[in-house]
Amino acid sequence: MSISRRDFLRGAATTGVVSLCGSNALASETHTGNPDRYGVLVDLSLCSGCRTCEAACYEENKNRDTNRRTDNEHEGNLPPPRVPFDDLSVTATRRRPSGGVYTVVNRYQAQGATGQDRNVYRKLQCFHCDEPACASACFVSALTKTKEGAVVYNPNVCVGCRYCMTACPFSIPGYEYDNPLTPRVKKCTFCYHRTSVGRPPACVEACPYGVMTFGKRSDLVRFANEKILAHPERYVHQIYGENEVGGTAWMYLSPVAFDQVGFRTDLGTTPYPELTRGFLSIVPPVLVLWGPALMGVYAFTQRKEKLAEREKRDAVGTAVASAVAAAEQKAAKQFEAAMKKADKERELAVKKAVEETKKATAEQEAK
Amino acid sequence: MTPFNVVAAAILAVGIPITFIRFTQGLASATNLSDRTPWGFWIGFDVMSGVALAAGGYVTASAVYLFGMKKFHGVVRPAILTGFLGYFLVVVGLCYDLGRPWRLPYPMVVSFGVTSVLFLVGWHVALYLTTQFVEFSPAIFEWLGWKEVRRVASMLTVGATVFGVILSTLHQSALGALFLLAPAKVHPLWYSPYIPIFFFVSSIIAGLSMVIFESSLSHRVFADQIDPEHAGEHDEITLGLAKGAAVVLYGYFAFKVIGIAHGNDWNLLNTGYGHWFLAEILGFILLPCILFTTAVRQQNATLARWTALLTVVGIVLNRLNVSVIAFNWQLPAEERYFPSWMEIAVSVFIVTVGLLTFRWIVERMPVLWEHPDFKDVQ
Repeated sequence: MSISRRDFLRGAATTGVVSLCGSNALASETHTGNPDRYGVLVDLSLCSGCRTCEAACYEENKNRDTNRRTDNEHEGNLPPPRVPFDDLSVTATRRRPSGGVYTVVNRYQAQGATGQDRNVYRKLQCFHCDEPACASACFVSALTKTKEGAVVYNPNVCVGCRYCMTACPFSIPGYEYDNPLTPRVKKCTFCYHRTSVGRPPACVEACPYGVMTFGKRSDLVRFANEKILAHPERYVHQIYGENEVGGTAWMYLSPVAFDQVGFRTDLGTTPYPELTRGFLSIVPPVLVLWGPALMGVYAFTQRKEKLAEREKRDAVGTAVASAVAAAEQKAAKQFEAAMKKADKERELAVKKAVEETKKATAEQEAK
Repeated sequence: MTPFNVVAAAILAVGIPITFIRFTQGLASATNLSDRTPWGFWIGFDVMSGVALAAGGYVTASAVYLFGMKKFHGVVRPAILTGFLGYFLVVVGLCYDLGRPWRLPYPMVVSFGVTSVLFLVGWHVALYLTTQFVEFSPAIFEWLGWKEVRRVASMLTVGATVFGVILSTLHQSALGALFLLAPAKVHPLWYSPYIPIFFFVSSIIAGLSMVIFESSLSHRVFADQIDPEHAGEHDEITLGLAKGAAVVLYGYFAFKVIGIAHGNDWNLLNTGYGHWFLAEILGFILLPCILFTTAVRQQNATLARWTALLTVVGIVLNRLNVSVIAFNWQLPAEERYFPSWMEIAVSVFIVTVGLLTFRWIVERMPVLWEHPDFKDVQ
């Protein structure tokens, strides 16, 4: 087999380097997370759609791009609102968080428990998942789950591929599509500059009706269950976000079925990073085994070709040998025949000469 | 001024200004991308379909150099060139789509997101581009007359071919695996834990069909360049590739049926999207399979060529289905994405630049003919 040393070393070295990168993928095992991480419980039965939280979010973040513990001055981080925050009619439209808006409150017409129509308002923002799909998807780790619970974004490494937006089950992250040079992924930061020091986010603090409660996530789950137990007729008996996609920091209680207030109820409880674990686990085996397998195929092919060459040479050799033998035989036969012929002619010539001599002698004697 | 040149000039005249607009005013000025639909035509066509169609490089090279199928030697170099240019254009198309394309090297050198399938794709495309360049470089060195360098480059061919197959297995399947993270957004008939295998197997089909398609075009357009002995083998090579494609298409079709069974999605076949799915697998997988088989049995190279075109369209359709058409299928019609004319124009522009580059190279370098000084064959 004629693989050069150079080829082999090149293949082995590169395989080694790249498989090191691949094997790290398995290192991100499911973890229980920081048990003291924060969360927010949103009680939709109390929300009246006043949009104070939207205004507070804008005021808090309009010149601040929170991605680390320290405040990050950023003039014009959020554009001014197109419609003033005291215009409540917009809650009837289907707004969503976007490249310029971290949170929205929308109105839903729902059927109450006793069948009556009622309006339910829902605040929507990043859910800050315990095992975020966006962080798993990001190929430069621009999105990370902090130990305090916030999923924060680092614009200094983001390439703008927008895979995080594809991956998010809630379709939350927005993008600054009209920014040619410094476009960023934008989403609620959980006011990390506040929550990292234990202060509640701006929206929670500003809400006049106490719709939101900030605290340790584990405490909030207990608190929510207590609320349901205390007023079972007031709530659907489920905490949305407790288990969805593996659990989220922002959780909800609702007076009506969750799918009536714009929540997807078909997301399942599997954390999203689990979904690619199976595929990523085949990477090291392929990297390490394909090489030898293909070199084996190559060796087989080379050997097959060598044997075919040898067979051909043998066949040619045999053919040549038998042709030579046949030619030699033919030549020998021809030689024999020629010798016989020459003998015969000699005999005849001798006979003729003898006869002529006899004749001549006879004529001589007759004279 | 041939008709092709006139049309190409017109496409360039439209594509260059749009490029300028996109990069000076941002993605919103040239695309219909939105927060709900962050990936559109440039990802679905330029990246996803582009990578699949450029698979002819590794498929043909492994057939000839690893499996010893010397019959296809005449199409190896054009296939590798198509593969190299294909991947290069994928990167160009990607640069249009990325928010900060100058940061494309970041996952290689700045910050590593090792849990991400996209991390794998990025690394592999970069490495594979290099590998394809190494595989093609002997042709460049022959053109430049650099004998010694060419000799060294040739020695790397087998290693590069092996490496190319390893990389291709992983990144072709990884492009499908990207969508494993979107079970709530991709229609269940296309969403499957088997997406990576679907993408990998169909890349082999795409590669074989593209080689048939490209060699047919080259045969017609560059007839004066092709070695007479290769010209004579053309039909035989076409039918050989067609046979391979038919076999793989059978396997792919069977596996797609298994995919439906695995997800227990039979009842979905009788919905709007179900009919579209059936159109894809019956019209663009089963039908080409039958046609290729017929072409091989009847030794009909022309039928094989038309079937190759049908198959190529089918692969593009599949990639667009997974990434754009069956993606966000639950959204109401007014929120669904459709590419802007500028997105389509840019894609046409990129393909045209690719064709012009292919022509430039083929008219100068020994791709369709053997350089007389280098008649020795690897």
